Amino acid sequence: MADPATMPLIEVDNLGVRLNTSRGPAQAVRDVSFALKRGETLGLVGESGCGKSVTALSLMGLLPDSAIVTGSVRLDGRQLARLPDADYCKLRGNRISMIFQEPMTALNPMHTIGHQVAEPLRRHKKYSAAQARREAIALLDRVGLPDPARRVDAYPHQFSGGQRQRVTIAMALACEPDLLIADEPTTALDVTIQGQILDLIADLVEERGMSMILISHDLGVIAENVQRMMVMYGGTVVESGPTDEVFRRMGHPYTQGLFRARPKLGARKGTRLKTISGTVPELADLPMGCTFADRCPLVIDECRTALPPMVDVGPGHVVRCIRTDVSMAANVGALPA
Amino acid sequence: MSAQLSTPDDAPVATRFLPARTFWGRALRHRSFVLGGALSLLVVASALLSLVWTPWPPAEIDIASKLQPPSAAHWLGTDSFGRDIVSLLLAGARSTILVGIIAVSIGLSFGVCLGLIASAKRGWTEEIIMRFSDFTFAFPAVLSAIMLAAVAGPGMVTSIIAIGIFQIPTLTRLTRGSANAIWAREFVLAARASGKGAFRITVEHVLPNILSILIVQATIQFALAILAEAALSYLGLGTQPPQPSWGRMLNDAQTLLFQSPTLAVYPGAAIAIAVLGLNLLGDGLRDLLDPRLARER
Repeated sequence: MADPATMPLIEVDNLGVRLNTSRGPAQAVRDVSFALKRGETLGLVGESGCGKSVTALSLMGLLPDSAIVTGSVRLDGRQLARLPDADYCKLRGNRISMIFQEPMTALNPMHTIGHQVAEPLRRHKKYSAAQARREAIALLDRVGLPDPARRVDAYPHQFSGGQRQRVTIAMALACEPDLLIADEPTTALDVTIQGQILDLIADLVEERGMSMILISHDLGVIAENVQRMMVMYGGTVVESGPTDEVFRRMGHPYTQGLFRARPKLGARKGTRLKTISGTVPELADLPMGCTFADRCPLVIDECRTALPPMVDVGPGHVVRCIRTDVSMAANVGALPA
Repeated sequence: MSAQLSTPDDAPVATRFLPARTFWGRALRHRSFVLGGALSLLVVASALLSLVWTPWPPAEIDIASKLQPPSAAHWLGTDSFGRDIVSLLLAGARSTILVGIIAVSIGLSFGVCLGLIASAKRGWTEEIIMRFSDFTFAFPAVLSAIMLAAVAGPGMVTSIIAIGIFQIPTLTRLTRGSANAIWAREFVLAARASGKGAFRITVEHVLPNILSILIVQATIQFALAILAEAALSYLGLGTQPPQPSWGRMLNDAQTLLFQSPTLAVYPGAAIAIAVLGLNLLGDGLRDLLDPRLARER
């Protein structure tokens, strides 16, 4: 048996997810592999429909019953993929937790927030009602909700979006999970609140030694909050590596395009945002070769024949592209050192 | 009356001593809840009163004094058999309540359970439950009541069961539809992410969120049950004479509509009061049970 200190907390190997959509089966995720040690943070970045959320939901075992999951997901060496739902229920909220995108709808309007935060404690840790309530107040205090002892009996509609997101964070952290999955936790919030919530999550992750998978479409959020990052496109990982390294030497034309497409401070008035031409491929009808081939400025015939292999371009930095010699020579999107 | 109802500050005296935060404090400030509760209580009180006292024995026939106008002896007059209308109305409340409560309970317990199961399980289970419910739905209620009466003999019990069965598919569909909408909500995903199974999510998240819809529908179903009982009694399949029932009174009065129109007004008004009272009560309950609609004063 491997040493628990060095053994990865979660190990995803060759994960594939096939969803049954109204337009036929769609390969939402394919060939995703990564490992995360205790205390490590990983960012998943990509545009809508690239498979980020499906990857997260498959780690949680929350995909629809019709979804077909292949490959393996191991938590502390224990296989999670295709685990029966009853067993998964004991892990969810206890060892793996999730924060959702939309705090306005992620809380049940019919229950008080105290009840909702105390719920996982009562179920997983078998706390008494009074114990769970005390702990819920302490948690609400920790996530920065003002006057938690009084507001613990308030209903979700009596809070603002940022406050509700704090409540969902308290809910997710109640049982001190080993792994926290944050699926676009700040997308629905005001920009001023975004920073506060991300700081709070970062503090809590560090304080409790949790691992975190942060999902976002915002490169800025990823750059500031995670140690390692993976860029997803069309259901596959196209680039993966330490965050600093990826931002310094972006290897995949898609990552470079994504970086160029973000708005810049101090740009001249009337400057158009750069875009990546074309649209995301249909997951139900993916091309045979590189999923980005149709939109890639560097595409050659060879790109369209088979899915490119992962190419090593630096320490722990891999790119799924056969044209890294060109893309990285141009050194597009490099940050000033 | 109406001027008093429209001024929200003019709360009854008793409510001044109850804080607005408590359930009863809010309930007594809720106008339709209070009015609906009062009307429903009136019906229940009549039924209870008839168990111990009625001005005349409700089944006593006195042909000599038939179709009398209101008088000191018969406050609302007598019907074509000389029976006292007030006594009949009081005693009739019993069968109305019995039929309504039991039939709606049958419909609710089966309908809600089936709807929740269909919504939680999806797939084949849902398909079977819903097709079965469609099948029952397509079957005319009166026809099933006649069939049931042919097998079990006509009577109150038969009509209650027939009405109850007739209510199941409506409530199944309503429950399944509203529950499906809740299952698609993000807080259910969040609840699953915190480790809850389908049963707990159904009980803790789905049911509370569709309860208000069910309560309002239950009051409507209650009204429908009263009307269905009247219809079945008319066909001779419901409450059997001499047991009084508002529905039968209404149908007896129908033949005398030109001679003595008031005979139809009394049971009609009684049914209207019961239905209105329940609808208002259901409306009020829906508001009171929903924390989002709880007014903070």
